[in-house]
Amino acid sequence: MAAASTKRSSTLVIVSSILVITWIIVAAFPFLWTLWGSFKVQGDFFSKADWRNAIYGTRTLIETGGPFTGAGYEGAWIEKEFWRAAMNTGIIVFFTVIISLTLGTLGGYALARSGYRYAFWLLMLALVFRAMPHITLVSGYLVPFFEWNLWGYIPTSIIVLVAINQPFTLWMLHSFFLNIPKDLDESAMVDGCTRFQAFRHVIVPVMWPGVITTGLFSFLLAYNDFVVTALLLNQENQTMIPKIASFLGSTQVEGNVMFAVAAVISATAPLFVLILFFQRQIVSGLTAGAVKG
Amino acid sequence: MPHRTFFWFILPSALAMLLFIAFPLVSVVIQSLHIEHEQVIITTESCGPFGCTPSTAVDLEATALLKEAAPLGQWNGLGTYLSRNHLATAEVAEAWRSSTGLASFGSKLMNLPFYKALAFTMAYTAVVTPLVILLGLAVALGVNNLPKLTKGPTIFISLLPMIVTPLVGSLILYWMIDADGILGKALQWVFDDPALSLKASPLLTWLTLFTYGVWSGIPFAFVVFYAGLQGVPEETLEAAMIDGASRWERIRYVVVPYMGPLFVFVALIQLMDNFRVLEPIIGFSAQANASSLSTEIYGDLLGDNVQYASAAATSVLTVIGVAILLTPVLVRTWRDFNRKVV
Repeated sequence: MAAASTKRSSTLVIVSSILVITWIIVAAFPFLWTLWGSFKVQGDFFSKADWRNAIYGTRTLIETGGPFTGAGYEGAWIEKEFWRAAMNTGIIVFFTVIISLTLGTLGGYALARSGYRYAFWLLMLALVFRAMPHITLVSGYLVPFFEWNLWGYIPTSIIVLVAINQPFTLWMLHSFFLNIPKDLDESAMVDGCTRFQAFRHVIVPVMWPGVITTGLFSFLLAYNDFVVTALLLNQENQTMIPKIASFLGSTQVEGNVMFAVAAVISATAPLFVLILFFQRQIVSGLTAGAVKG
Repeated sequence: MPHRTFFWFILPSALAMLLFIAFPLVSVVIQSLHIEHEQVIITTESCGPFGCTPSTAVDLEATALLKEAAPLGQWNGLGTYLSRNHLATAEVAEAWRSSTGLASFGSKLMNLPFYKALAFTMAYTAVVTPLVILLGLAVALGVNNLPKLTKGPTIFISLLPMIVTPLVGSLILYWMIDADGILGKALQWVFDDPALSLKASPLLTWLTLFTYGVWSGIPFAFVVFYAGLQGVPEETLEAAMIDGASRWERIRYVVVPYMGPLFVFVALIQLMDNFRVLEPIIGFSAQANASSLSTEIYGDLLGDNVQYASAAATSVLTVIGVAILLTPVLVRTWRDFNRKVV
């Protein structure tokens, strides 16, 4: 659908522009609004008097003496120890991504190179596993984890997240490996490499684009997870998203909503940076699974 | 690849899935057939000058011992499934007998937690999925017509609602639709009703949650369709034009059929993700007016009084629901695969 061949009518241009502009506003405005509001006091963010207070910061000026305040951030990060949650999230996400990719590249490579029927069935099984709501799995973990005293620890959550991540990782890397020509590793094996050596010396150097894209999605899954981390970690090891949810319980006190708002913005910032740098990979990743079936 | 090599390559990954996806599913089935131990009650007689009165107390030690001996609890068969909080067979039968019509039967059914959750989950899946596909396609067609320079930033902004954590995204919208938030205020002004609150009635809460679902789902559909549009063959479009097809006809008869597999893909992913809807309901604090199968399980597992059996029974029923949802896809793939082999 290149532009050159299609002559456009002006109504169509107008309609499609309006549509796109509406969508951009709908997509971006909530984030901008909340970002702006996170530097205000609660009286402005939820303004009973006049909605414009949230823009000008009328109450903020009265209460703090300046048009902006970092009180929400200070309260969340220092008073409510959000830094600890951020650190836990960092650890969990890092190890989940690394382990997921290690297991996933090995498995995905095998699935892509095996012509047997069972490889197909394994992929189908992975699809079924992908569809399982995570909460149903978590309700299966709790009793054994309590019984074996595994509950509450960060490594447990990492392993669980890796496992939940596997079906998706396998599918994605499998379709990436299908794109790497078979001749490459087969010629290495003709030259006397074992299958693993061929994988190690021939495939590993050329697989990075696919691995990075898959890694991004593993990152998102681990970072955005709520169910596993909320139910499998104890208070001390809590990660950011459950922490935000726990803020909500204690938001009756004036000003505490702003802690949650600040925490929400803090948790969104890394994702924002992620899209900024990896937009191309994210888009190609979303479509890789689709276009190739 | 020989079987042995394949086995060693796939082993770590398969082991992880076996231990943490397949076993939990088995464990859930077993749990759902058991129920927590009843507390051991001891009756003692305390005798005073005015005679003896029997008093009961929980024997904590004996209860703990019992728990330790059989951590799963006692065998309950299908009891949990049939109880009021799940399939509620007795209540449904009673409602069926005493109802005057389908409407009253329906409203009685909606008082039962499981059916209420099932109704919301199905409504959410059925409403959000088609809307996401339609609007995603519309945005993709719109962005495709944009000048090249603006495409990048548009895609960047479009990705935001999808990338952001579901709980965070729903909180951001929740604060905006608060009666004192900007969207809440705007709606009050539009409908000229200062008491309007989206959190008040079940219907409005449902609509809010659907809106969130569509908002967060569009980016995914958009990106997939946009990529698909880049691959629609130019020649076919030109041929259609020469044959006198209007713009709409070209979309209807060339673009849409070409993107057929993409629709299936987006629909499949959306069905799976919408069926497990959980975070929006928590983010919007909407448990009072809307519950999904996932929130039912979450509610059972959270808090001081954890009910494993109940959570497990709902989980099994949810898994059965997912299986029913996936059957058409699996059957289709199986047929395709067999055709390929033969």
